[in-house]
Amino acid sequence: MSDVKKGRVVGVSGPMVTCEVESAVMRNEVAYIICDGVPLKSEVIRIRGQQIDMQVFENTSGLRIGDKVEFSRELLSATLGPGILGNIYDGLQNPLAELENDEGFFLRRGQYLDALDGEKKWDFTPTIEKGAKVRAGHYLGKVPESIFEHHITVPFRLQGTYEVINIEPAGAYTVNDTIAVLTGDDGKEIPVTMSQEWPVKMPLRVYEKKLLPVNQIMTQCRLIDIFYPLAEGGTACIPGPFGAGKTVLQQIISRYAEVDIVIIVACGERAGEVVETIREFPELEDPKTGKPLMERTIIICNTSSMPVAAREASVYTGMALGEYFRQLGLKALVLADSTSRWAQALRELSARMEEIPGEEAFPAYLESQIATIYERAGVVELYDGSSGSVTLMGTVSPAGGNFEEPVTQNTLKVVGAFYGLSQTRSDQRRYPAIDPLISWSLYLDQTKDSLNEYSEGWVDLVKEAHALMLRGSDIHQMMLVVGEEGVSTDDLITYLKAEMIDAVCLQQDAFDSVECATSKERQLSDFHLLMGMVQHQFTFETKEETRKEMAHLQNLFFQLKYCPFKGEEYMRYRIEIESILGKEQA
Amino acid sequence: MIEEHSIIIRIQGDIITVPAKGVSYGELATVKSKFGVSLAQVIRLQGDEVSLQVFAGSRGVATNDEVRFLNHPMQVPFGDALLGRIFNGSGDPIDNGPNLTALPRINIGGPSVNPIKRIIPRGFVETRIPMIDVFNPLVESQKLPIFAAAGEPYNELLARVGVRIDADIVILGGIGLKYDEYLKFRNAFEEAGVLSRTIMFINTASDPTVERLLVPDMVLAVAEQFGIQGKKVIVLLSDMTAFADAIKEIAISMDQVPSNLGYPGSLYSDLASRYEKAVDFEGAGSITLLAVTTMPGDDVTHPVPDNTGYITEGQFYLKTGVIEPFGSLSRLKQLVIGKVTREDHGYIMNSMIRLFAESREVEQKLSMGFEKTEADDKYLKYAELFYDRFMDLNVDLGINDALDLGWKTMAECFGPEDVGIKQEFIDKYWPK
Repeated sequence: MSDVKKGRVVGVSGPMVTCEVESAVMRNEVAYIICDGVPLKSEVIRIRGQQIDMQVFENTSGLRIGDKVEFSRELLSATLGPGILGNIYDGLQNPLAELENDEGFFLRRGQYLDALDGEKKWDFTPTIEKGAKVRAGHYLGKVPESIFEHHITVPFRLQGTYEVINIEPAGAYTVNDTIAVLTGDDGKEIPVTMSQEWPVKMPLRVYEKKLLPVNQIMTQCRLIDIFYPLAEGGTACIPGPFGAGKTVLQQIISRYAEVDIVIIVACGERAGEVVETIREFPELEDPKTGKPLMERTIIICNTSSMPVAAREASVYTGMALGEYFRQLGLKALVLADSTSRWAQALRELSARMEEIPGEEAFPAYLESQIATIYERAGVVELYDGSSGSVTLMGTVSPAGGNFEEPVTQNTLKVVGAFYGLSQTRSDQRRYPAIDPLISWSLYLDQTKDSLNEYSEGWVDLVKEAHALMLRGSDIHQMMLVVGEEGVSTDDLITYLKAEMIDAVCLQQDAFDSVECATSKERQLSDFHLLMGMVQHQFTFETKEETRKEMAHLQNLFFQLKYCPFKGEEYMRYRIEIESILGKEQA
Repeated sequence: MIEEHSIIIRIQGDIITVPAKGVSYGELATVKSKFGVSLAQVIRLQGDEVSLQVFAGSRGVATNDEVRFLNHPMQVPFGDALLGRIFNGSGDPIDNGPNLTALPRINIGGPSVNPIKRIIPRGFVETRIPMIDVFNPLVESQKLPIFAAAGEPYNELLARVGVRIDADIVILGGIGLKYDEYLKFRNAFEEAGVLSRTIMFINTASDPTVERLLVPDMVLAVAEQFGIQGKKVIVLLSDMTAFADAIKEIAISMDQVPSNLGYPGSLYSDLASRYEKAVDFEGAGSITLLAVTTMPGDDVTHPVPDNTGYITEGQFYLKTGVIEPFGSLSRLKQLVIGKVTREDHGYIMNSMIRLFAESREVEQKLSMGFEKTEADDKYLKYAELFYDRFMDLNVDLGINDALDLGWKTMAECFGPEDVGIKQEFIDKYWPK
């Protein structure tokens, strides 16, 4: 591989560069365009005879016709191995903290650094014997990282069966040290290190089989967990107009979701939003492990002012990292904010290539691209019988807040849960502004068995509450027309019950230390109490009395939700509520 | 390598194409025509053909006119000598002052700040406009648009901010500004005696469209340099819709596929790369950005305000000559309210807005013909005082005076039990 394939630039248009090359070229191959001695990373996206169109991951100003292009023979890849956790990467997996900055602040183009620290020594323990037969994805050994054992695998790109002819003894090694040697059928020796490359746009499929997601993943957000549960290995999308609270919702989920690894892909959004995560996560404690939250988090950060082609890559990089941790038997959650910006990057490049546009000028392949990404999520059974999962949650920023647009619609086709944020709820300060009238989750039925295990008849109870919400909304519409006088007392009670569910269960204060996250145990206990109220037959004489009594009850529930679970105050409110419900019964 | 070329093979819109070699992407050139010399920028290289957008427009450009490549990208002079000066959209002085050829020149449209070099915003910027300071305070490094329909006094508001704001340097970028508006800005700054801390880059409505693309980049490049020097810089832009329209015009001339109402698919990135220049440099100064976005047809879902809303950290709505208290939002306000500003700020903000919302309900109720009660009178009085003392754009008050006036206004209309504020603050601040 000594002779580097070379080409030369023949055209430049924004982030798209056309070059001519004599030899063979691979689609999606990475190439470097040399601009005044600085290599600019780019990717082949179209081949027409000798004319190669490439998207450049950097600003292209200064390029000239005739500039040299060097082809790498590699696809755009992520580096996988110990030491990824806690990092902040750009869309191409460059560690942002290590980059040199012009004038101390500005990103300088053409810097490509190793994603993993090559100096750090890891405590390696082999878990396989010499002579064993292995294939891609099998574990060779492990190193401790953060709170789990990080398995070292046979490189995923190897095809077929191999024999381990050497494995290093336990000891401290860097990610670049050879820890094992394998031979294949052809007898060629393959040295294996603890790090490996994987092309980000290729789904990683070295597992036994893909399973149906049947277990719930806890986000500790009541509206999601109770009404529209997310399954482990499932997918969800959060579309919403600006200002409806997409980002706060994602931040909350990234903090409290009960998973092993959280990968935050800040794709074409404000830098300011990532800054809070970057600055605060190292200080915050993971309630499950007591370690800083940053130790289970990876941030991939390609904000709106960074080059647009790298934005396209960032979502794939995030998914590739998620799939890697799935191979290690862990639960990973990928949060992509926002997939609309990613789709817009596709659109921008498609326009530069002068492709025939589809709806709203998005390329015709938008739908299949979206589907491909969401389909990479899932729960799988690994070769050793254990399981791992990648759950994907993407936000969508529809133009004008209109869900009819192509990105939202194409995403809805492939996800398992839809959390639609509404401007109306946001204006009413009902946060999280997920609209219970339009949202849905296929996982409520799919995870039915495991949900009912916690509490018998749970799913039916949830459906009952949901039906009440819809009924309450109908009555509310009616009241807007005919006034409160026009509806019966029973209808008024139903309406107030629905409002109460909204106020004390659906709405959750993200900025209160107790309210921000609700554990499974508490969700079960509080929701049962609330449904006790719903199922209770109230008998009020007048509407005035109805309003007064229901307001009193609502206030008790409201105070209850702000009290620490099972604390003294909590118990006091709970007993008071129970006594009201019980007394009425009698 | 400075080459001259004198065959223009294509002129389409404001874009000309010449055969040339060794030209770099983004490079600047001059086009000398019978009607004067204009700058032009390379926007496409295709084999031996180079396409350039001519800043002064291609009207009057002949196919045998001289095109001269300058071998550098668009630059702008930088130095303290810029203070008090006025430039056009090409960066040339238009105030009859001395020329600035001796100053060093900096490239415009530079790379973005490394996200991890940013810090969480924490500085309060006082504008002495109570609707901003009290209800949606501006935070250092914030980017906020003013959404307004045509005909609203958004430039007056911007001028007032430019005059009163607590900042080291104010840079105004006029994009497609009416000439009268430009004169009004200049007069306002002159009269207030703040011209010496002000820099203006002005492209008026009759100036070439292509220059509108440059104004935000020049303004922000200059702002960035002052920011690095430790200055607290405020950037005012009016009007970003004209900027977006200029992008649209160029894209269409370039045969780009339009995505939405003729705007190119890159509109979001184009706007974001400008707005994202707002930053608080760790250990140095900051750039805070206030930009007018006029809403065609008063429609917030139009692509320009819509994309802007996703990029910026909140928005102000200017309606019927006042900043609308509902809908306007400063997303970063939590970072300064009661932390940098006085402890009672948050309570005043919430209670006053709630009472004002209730006042509007009372007004609605009365307009539907319901009988007026004694309590309604209180609300009506409050609404009137609120309008005169807070919403009127002529009100010029510092934040602490405004908070005191808030207590006074509430006390004139309501009892302490009506306002829903913690007892400890009532005891401390309620006027006796």
